[in-house]
Amino acid sequence: MSSLLIPMLEGTLVSIKIFLFTLLFSLPLGLLVERGKRSKIWIVRKLINLYIMIMRGTPLILQLIFVYFAPYYILGTSFNRLNAVIFAYVINYAAYFAEIYRGGIQAIPKGQYEASKVLGLTKAHTFTHIIFPQVVKEILPAMGNEVITLVKDTALAQTIGVAELFRVAQTASARQFATTPLFIAGVFYFVMNAGVSKLFDIAEMKLNYYGKA
Amino acid sequence: MTEEKYMIEVKHLVKNYGENEVLKDISFNVAQGEVLSIIGPSGSGKSTLLRAINQLETIEGGEVIICGDTLYKEGLSLTPDQKRKIQLHNGLVFQDFNLFPHMSLKKNITEALIYVLKKDKAEADEIALSLLDKMGLKDRADSYPSQLSGGQKQRVSIARALALKPNVLWFDEPTSALDPELTGEILKVIKDLAKEKMTMVVVTHEMSFARDISDRVIFMDEGLIAEKGTPYEVFENPKNPRTIQFLNRFEG
Repeated sequence: MSSLLIPMLEGTLVSIKIFLFTLLFSLPLGLLVERGKRSKIWIVRKLINLYIMIMRGTPLILQLIFVYFAPYYILGTSFNRLNAVIFAYVINYAAYFAEIYRGGIQAIPKGQYEASKVLGLTKAHTFTHIIFPQVVKEILPAMGNEVITLVKDTALAQTIGVAELFRVAQTASARQFATTPLFIAGVFYFVMNAGVSKLFDIAEMKLNYYGKA
Repeated sequence: MTEEKYMIEVKHLVKNYGENEVLKDISFNVAQGEVLSIIGPSGSGKSTLLRAINQLETIEGGEVIICGDTLYKEGLSLTPDQKRKIQLHNGLVFQDFNLFPHMSLKKNITEALIYVLKKDKAEADEIALSLLDKMGLKDRADSYPSQLSGGQKQRVSIARALALKPNVLWFDEPTSALDPELTGEILKVIKDLAKEKMTMVVVTHEMSFARDISDRVIFMDEGLIAEKGTPYEVFENPKNPRTIQFLNRFEG
């Protein structure tokens, strides 16, 4: 049993690593993409829209394969596998996050900007201190959904041979002619997502200290 | 008459939304310590005028001088910093308050004190508490806007505007979003400020209030000033047929 559990825990660590690095980069990148979508420059808006359409309109597994293999054809070399996974996930999730941010930003009444302006607050301060904190509360439920999906999407990394949890379980399952390792992997994912859900519940509770004015 | 006498000078102001001219050649002045009411039917441009002077709408023509600083004039271009400085001459109280819902009442007031006027936190807190006290809300300093009644919210938003010590305080229909029984508390606050010789411009639907409190009244109609004068001149002795027609609806 321990001969199974240790590799699976190692695989879990890889999955968690993909998860955390994806969030670390895609959360701020999504904000930047959202901003680009509202750019005054026509071509920037068009390019960002195209990017979002591709990211949301094609399978993540395909994007992953593309990110890993395309450089071989062009440059003759590529990322290491884990970095390719993280890169592919970051650009994919940033597109989804951008749309979520957009919804949240649109939900903030115009009066919040106007009040900030007449009080002399700068645009940057208005965004960071007045608008964004309210956006976070607004988008938390949608973000929760997306982050839970990300936990499960880490399983796709096996496609390009990264030894994350699902791949380890599959290998063990093939070796033992048993589905037990896959079932255990399912429990692992479930537990991780129970943790993620709990964190989002706590965050929502913490932000409940105020209501709509 | 020298120009410095006036807190606000507006000369031939024009404002368009595309083809649609919403303000056509508006001229008026506001003297120090004066209370000016702007009345008129919906769509007459009175709120747009207030918003244009407070930089919430663009201006397409004429000249606007706020406390000696030119905000708009043909060919003049100001940096965002200069515009922000000019805006600080004005305080604005909105119809629907626009308090920051995620901040306590105290923080609503201290935010600009700390980040715009660069006061230290202790001083900002002191200013906020004394203004909340003045508005009868001292014990609610740590409450959030959603916990207040409309009248209380409006008092906080007046406190927030006053904190920056504006030279002119503007009100955009300050009682329109309130239940009728709550309008009195806001009108009383404005009356008290008038006693302190605060310069104020009030866009309002409250005719009796405009009559009681104002030094001068402007009646606007279809983007023009149809009538201006003392409350007596405008309310008791109007000359423009549009004013007479408008006021008759309130006599009823």
